[in-house]
Amino acid sequence: MRRLVLLAALALAVPAQAATLYDDLGGEPVMRRVVEEATKNFLADKRIAVTFGETAIPRFKQLLFEQLCNVSGGPCTYTGRDMAKSHTALKITDAHFSALVEDLQDAMDKEKIAFTTQNRLLAILAPMRRDIVTR
Amino acid sequence: MRYIALGCALAAALVVQSPVAAEQSAPPAADPKTSVAADSTIAPIDRFDSGKLLATGGVSTVEGSGGGGIATWALITSYGSRDAIGANAHATYITLPDFELRSYGAAIGVFDRVELSFARQEFDTGNTGARLGLGKGFTFKQDVVGAKVRVLGDAIYEQDRWLPQISIGAQWKRNNQEAIVKAVGAKDNSGVDYYIAASKLFLDSSFLLNTTIRFTEANQMGLLGFGGNKNDGYHATFEGSLAALLSRNLAVGVELRTQNDHLQFAKQERWMDVFVAYFPTKNVSFTAAFVDLGTIALQQRQRGGYFSLQVGF
Ligand code: HEM
Repeated sequence: MRRLVLLAALALAVPAQAATLYDDLGGEPVMRRVVEEATKNFLADKRIAVTFGETAIPRFKQLLFEQLCNVSGGPCTYTGRDMAKSHTALKITDAHFSALVEDLQDAMDKEKIAFTTQNRLLAILAPMRRDIVTR
Repeated sequence: MRYIALGCALAAALVVQSPVAAEQSAPPAADPKTSVAADSTIAPIDRFDSGKLLATGGVSTVEGSGGGGIATWALITSYGSRDAIGANAHATYITLPDFELRSYGAAIGVFDRVELSFARQEFDTGNTGARLGLGKGFTFKQDVVGAKVRVLGDAIYEQDRWLPQISIGAQWKRNNQEAIVKAVGAKDNSGVDYYIAASKLFLDSSFLLNTTIRFTEANQMGLLGFGGNKNDGYHATFEGSLAALLSRNLAVGVELRTQNDHLQFAKQERWMDVFVAYFPTKNVSFTAAFVDLGTIALQQRQRGGYFSLQVGF
């Protein structure tokens, strides 16, 4: 009986320890660099750079990191505004959204994150388009 | 003179609205709580934006529609986003043991909502033509005009829903060999196909699934006419593709397409292929495939190579 309980406890504990997407992405050091690089790309991308014209960039980088960490199962709390509130006034289009995704992919490529791992993150981000693309 | 004045007024109005002009006006103070963005932080719309992600424009089918090689997809062709227009042209060459099939054409995608396409197909019987009594090099030519409308869903972005992207479409086909297709038992040399297509990208596992139900009278896509002396009228045929995305610019997959069996003289079999599609940029793609088109006009085991080039934006 004791052994059974132990086994049951083990069975429960194993899934909890399974690597999260955040781990597969490389955890904090890699994702900090991804955010750094991606933001550099956004600001250099003439399709979307102007949207960041009045943004406090250090704050944005911190919030983007928190959010990517949070949605991928990492140990972070997101402290920013929701996606609708923070993007509506920017009148973002479908194409702007794709542009940002491409810039993020470039940043993840640079960090040598596997394509399939990148797609698992993008699959979580994609539905946010409903709140972000408003034009 | 009146017109010139009007033109100037219009031009002035356009300039005032353009983001360049807006940027020069003093930006109001940003409010971090509610995000009241100034006009200067609104990025402009480009009507030829190539605003879809690489490869999500698909390639061109032998019938000219956006899809895989032999299966039409629900995705609207080209890289134009919901706010833009995109277009492409394709040339496809299929070499089989006893025949050759060529297709070339062009298509546009309008606001990621409507697709219009044209393809000219040439089914070249080569030496087989002589054996079939048609004459060496006898070639059936067929024009296909297609229209597709996205009615529901988004294959790429709605990753939290099961609902696929659903489109409906029609293809008007006209074969130039009326006498021959009627001689082999077809009722007509022209016809209209109607289809409903569903596509879904499973991004978290990096593959794309498409299924299409086509209501058609066509024999071998229309290359052997429409309707027949064994069966007649509209039947539902199936088209499916399953593609694995290996990187942003490389996809591999399989396709299947069933055919009507309308003609007494020759059974028509399902088509299938195994393909690799390479998208170096949004302006060009190459597709190569191994195709198995079964038995065509009594010639068995029509297996061969498929090569397609698409250029566009
Ligand atoms: C899935 C895609 C996206 C994610 C996950 C994302 C995430 C974020 C986050 C976490 C913030 C901080 C929110 C806050 O200020 O409290 C933010 C702000 C911002 N985002 Fe996005 N974003 C996305 C798409 C886009 C796109 C497509 C654009 C523009 C092309 C964009 C432009 C901005 C700008 C300019 C800000 C700063 C707004 C301000 O300073 O008030 N974002 N985003």
